[in-house]
Amino acid sequence: MNYVAWKMLVGDKAKYIGIVMGLTFASLLITQQAAVFTGLMTRTFNAVTDVGAADIWVMDPKVQFIDDVKPMQDTELYRVRSVEGVDWAVPLYKSLLKARLQDGTFQTCNVFGLDDATLLGGPARMLDGRLADLRRAEGVIVDSNGANGKLAHAPAFPGGPRAPLVVGDTLEINDHRAVVVGICEVSRTFQSQPVIYTTFSRATTYAPRERKLLSFVLVKARPGEDPQLVADRISAVTGLAAQTSQGFKDLTLQYYLKYTGIPINFGIAVVLGFIVGIAIAGQTFFNFTLDNLRHFGALKAMGASDGMLLRMILLQATIVGAIGYGLGVGAATLFGYLTRNSELAFRLPWQLLLITAGAITFICLSSALVSIRKVMTLEPAIVFKS
Amino acid sequence: MAPAAPAVPASQPGAAPAGPADGVAVRCRGVTKAYVTGSTTVHALRGIDLDVKRGELFMLVGPSGCGKTTLISVMAGILDQTEGECTVFGEDLRHMPVAARTAFRGRNIGFVFQAFNLLPPLTAVENVAVPLLILGRPRRQALETALESLHRVGLADRADSLPSQLSGGQQQRVAIARALVHGPRLIVCDEPTSSLDHENGHKVMEILATIAADGERSLVIVTHDARIFGFADRIAQLDDGRVVRIVNDPAEIPSAVTPPRRHAVGGSQAPPTPSASLASPAPAAPSAASAPSAPPAPPELPS
Repeated sequence: MNYVAWKMLVGDKAKYIGIVMGLTFASLLITQQAAVFTGLMTRTFNAVTDVGAADIWVMDPKVQFIDDVKPMQDTELYRVRSVEGVDWAVPLYKSLLKARLQDGTFQTCNVFGLDDATLLGGPARMLDGRLADLRRAEGVIVDSNGANGKLAHAPAFPGGPRAPLVVGDTLEINDHRAVVVGICEVSRTFQSQPVIYTTFSRATTYAPRERKLLSFVLVKARPGEDPQLVADRISAVTGLAAQTSQGFKDLTLQYYLKYTGIPINFGIAVVLGFIVGIAIAGQTFFNFTLDNLRHFGALKAMGASDGMLLRMILLQATIVGAIGYGLGVGAATLFGYLTRNSELAFRLPWQLLLITAGAITFICLSSALVSIRKVMTLEPAIVFKS
Repeated sequence: MAPAAPAVPASQPGAAPAGPADGVAVRCRGVTKAYVTGSTTVHALRGIDLDVKRGELFMLVGPSGCGKTTLISVMAGILDQTEGECTVFGEDLRHMPVAARTAFRGRNIGFVFQAFNLLPPLTAVENVAVPLLILGRPRRQALETALESLHRVGLADRADSLPSQLSGGQQQRVAIARALVHGPRLIVCDEPTSSLDHENGHKVMEILATIAADGERSLVIVTHDARIFGFADRIAQLDDGRVVRIVNDPAEIPSAVTPPRRHAVGGSQAPPTPSASLASPAPAAPSAASAPSAPPAPPELPS
């Protein structure tokens, strides 16, 4: 009877397409909005992710997320280095500073100051130049997104193309001359500011005069040491906050989830997709069953058991669910692929596919259950009513 | 067709069976059916006693709302009576578990509906195969058997047509092929000709009569259509939920019920008149002009 169920389903083309389109739209909306939300949330801690060498981030206990910098005294670095289980510890400067471009305009940039001796915490991938070039006088490394975007040269004529910032170009950071010695690739951050790397000592000269200039201490645990235990030990000895990389990502993520309206806004869109799915697909599927009630009655009269009819309806729901899910997820994936080089945040981990599958399954099952209930309670004698 | 049997005195408690128990396909004794809606109770059947014999073409006639459809639903095991007993081939369907009753219907009963009830997206042969698919036969095998059944009703050449591509008469023949395909012992038909014109109605009845003529299957046909009375072995006339009379010869149906023979299916020279309906079951002696001649002999099925 599976064949009969399939033919009944596709026989009413308008309803079949309506159900599939409803599920496709629901699947697309849920997947796309959730992927953009995931992409945005991932960007909040991308700066932590990009510093792959460090196991532990040490910071002021009041720090709530990566961009919430509360500088410490330089001497805290030495206290951290003294803690048992620490392999190495290096300073990291991080701040938002204004850069003046060659055309006189200003742009706020995310400036990282790396340990002068080791340059640990620097970008993992250089597109032009070398990380070691930071040791050259006034040298800075700029990320490719910033070099091609917000830091690019003003067009030579109105409406003309903007020339990207390249190695050898100069800019001013807080009235200090900086020479671009390299172009790197980093992950986009939540605020999408250009990222500038320089040495720690040079970064402190860019920064406004402050008593404390040490933003973070990056720590590597000794081989065989549990980073979490080392972090706990650092906290206990120094009174500072010490987070593993994953812990710091979670802290940052929690801040954005708790103190911004982003989850609610995206959640509404996801729920909307879910409701649209229920409303369109569910209602159309139920109408499809109602339209076929007489035929189900005839099948019942001819000896089809309730179990057989239940399997037919579940098969129909599974078919439209699978097709709708596939089309929706496919469209969302295509959307992500086509916008991969844009500012749009889009991240589609496999867990999201499972969540969408669960939502579509719920929509299909709930629609099918209502239909099944109608068919189960159907009196086969309906077939003799004119 | 089965030999004519004496009329059963209907609606009389304790009425004797029309024949030997092993020759009875359907036996109803004191069957009542009441529908309760709020404080209102509607009695659709008020103590039906009748037997349908094996190999018999039995018609249920009467005005709208007299209980014909309710009775056929009870006989087919798709509706429970309120009181009384109705056995089909000795099985009391009312007291069977639902699953067993459903399976019994699937094996033993074929249905022909007024509105055909063919599945629109299935081709004719696929529609015919449905009862076999319900019984769990493999699809290929079911389609082969269905094609043979379509051949019996002369529609093998339209096997791949959708119902929408067939005329009303052809659709009803497909429905008959579907009712026959799994070899049921009882076929119930609800107004099989009411949606058809004279010619197609006649063809459909010829096929049904031929089916009954093989002596193995019993047919119960509910109809308003006086033009087809001539095909019946016996006719039960119902009114207000009771069997008013059971006759062996359509000629015994009152003139108000039976149209002149010239209006009967196959010999029509003028369209049926409203007087052909069973609106008034009042008994009246048949006049010579209105008495139908012997029913047409069922033809051989197309091979």
